[in-house]
Amino acid sequence: MIVSFVLAALLATSVPDVTLADVERRFAHGSDTVFVVNFWATWCRPCVTELPAFDHLARTSGSYSRPIKVVLVSLDAASDRSTKLEPFIRKRGMSCEVVRLNESKPHLWIDRVDPTWQGSIPATWIVSRDQRVLYEREFTQQELHDTLTQFLKSSPR
Amino acid sequence: MITRIGRLFAVAMLALLTCGTMVAQNPMAPEGVKVGDNAPDFVLKNIDGTVVGPRTYSAAKGLILVFTCNHCPYSVKYEDRIIALHKEFAAKGFPVIAVNPNDSIVSPEDSYSKMQKRAADKAFPFAYLYDETQVVAQRYGARRTPHVFVLLRTRIGWTVEYIGAIDDNADNAADATQFFVADAVNALLKGTKPAQATTKAIGCTIKWKKG
Repeated sequence: MIVSFVLAALLATSVPDVTLADVERRFAHGSDTVFVVNFWATWCRPCVTELPAFDHLARTSGSYSRPIKVVLVSLDAASDRSTKLEPFIRKRGMSCEVVRLNESKPHLWIDRVDPTWQGSIPATWIVSRDQRVLYEREFTQQELHDTLTQFLKSSPR
Repeated sequence: MITRIGRLFAVAMLALLTCGTMVAQNPMAPEGVKVGDNAPDFVLKNIDGTVVGPRTYSAAKGLILVFTCNHCPYSVKYEDRIIALHKEFAAKGFPVIAVNPNDSIVSPEDSYSKMQKRAADKAFPFAYLYDETQVVAQRYGARRTPHVFVLLRTRIGWTVEYIGAIDDNADNAADATQFFVADAVNALLKGTKPAQATTKAIGCTIKWKKG
C-alpha cells in the first residue's frame, strides 16, 4: 500500500503552468545565470527531435564558464497536459525543468519574447542579465553548444 | 485557342518558377512581402491536376491565401475554420487558395498524393496547391503553417493587405475572441483597410528542402 503510494508519487510528473511574466521574473532573480529557454510542444516533430540536445546541455551545464539553466517551455494546450505532455515527459525521463506556458493570445505574447520571432517552433531564447537572443531554428547538440559558447563570449558578466 | 495560350503561359510560368529555385535556396534569407506590397504572381499544381494561381480567379475581389499542410497539428486545428472562411467569403469575392509549401522528402505526410487524400477526406471546397519548388512560400515570406496572406485586387494585380493568424485561439475555435482574417476581409469588402494588418501565431516551421 505504502510502496504503491510512493511509487505513484514518484511517477506522477506534473508540469506546472507559468505565464511569460513568471518566466521573466526568473531571469531577474538569476543574477549571473544564463537561461536557455526552449519553446516546444509534443506535437512538434522537429522540437521533439532536438529535445535530447537540451537534456544533454542540462546534464553538462557545469562545463560552462557561467551557471546555465535549461528550461523547456511547452506550448501544448491545457487540454493535452495530462493526456500528452505529462506522459511524454514521464516516458522520456527528461532531466531538465519543464513548464507549460499558460498564455492565450499568441499575437500579443510572441512579440514580448522577441519582435523578430515569426512564431514557428522550435525556438530557443538565450537570456543573460544583459542580452536576450531568440533563435528561430532547430539545433543539434553541437550547434547548441557552439551557439551558447558564442553567446557567453559576447555577453559580459 | 485562348485556353492553349493560357496553358502555354502557365507552363512558361512554371518553368520560370522552377528556375527561380536555383537562386533562392536559402529559406532564411528572403524577407518576403509586407502589408502594402504588390503580391507576387504564381501558378501551382492543384490537387485535381489543373494549374491554378491568383489569375484563375478572374472575378475575385481578393484572395485568402493560406500556407498550410497536412501534417501540422496547428494546420489540422484550423482546417474546419479555413473551410468556413471559404464558405463565407468565396461568395462575397474572397475565395481561399490553400498552398502546401512543405518538402515531401522532409515531411512525407505532405506529399502531393497525401494532399489529394486529405482534401478528399475533408471535402476541401477550395483549391489546394502544391508549392513543390517552395518558391511561392519564399517569395511571400511564409514562415509557418498556417500562415495567411489576404490579397486585394488592384487594376494591375494584387496587393497584400493582411499577414498573419486566422484568429486568436488555435486550440479551440469556440474560445476565439478576435477573428483577424474575417475582420480583414470584411474591412476590405467595405473599402477600408484592416484595423489589424499583421498578427503573429505559433505554428509549425515550413519543411524546407535539405541541402
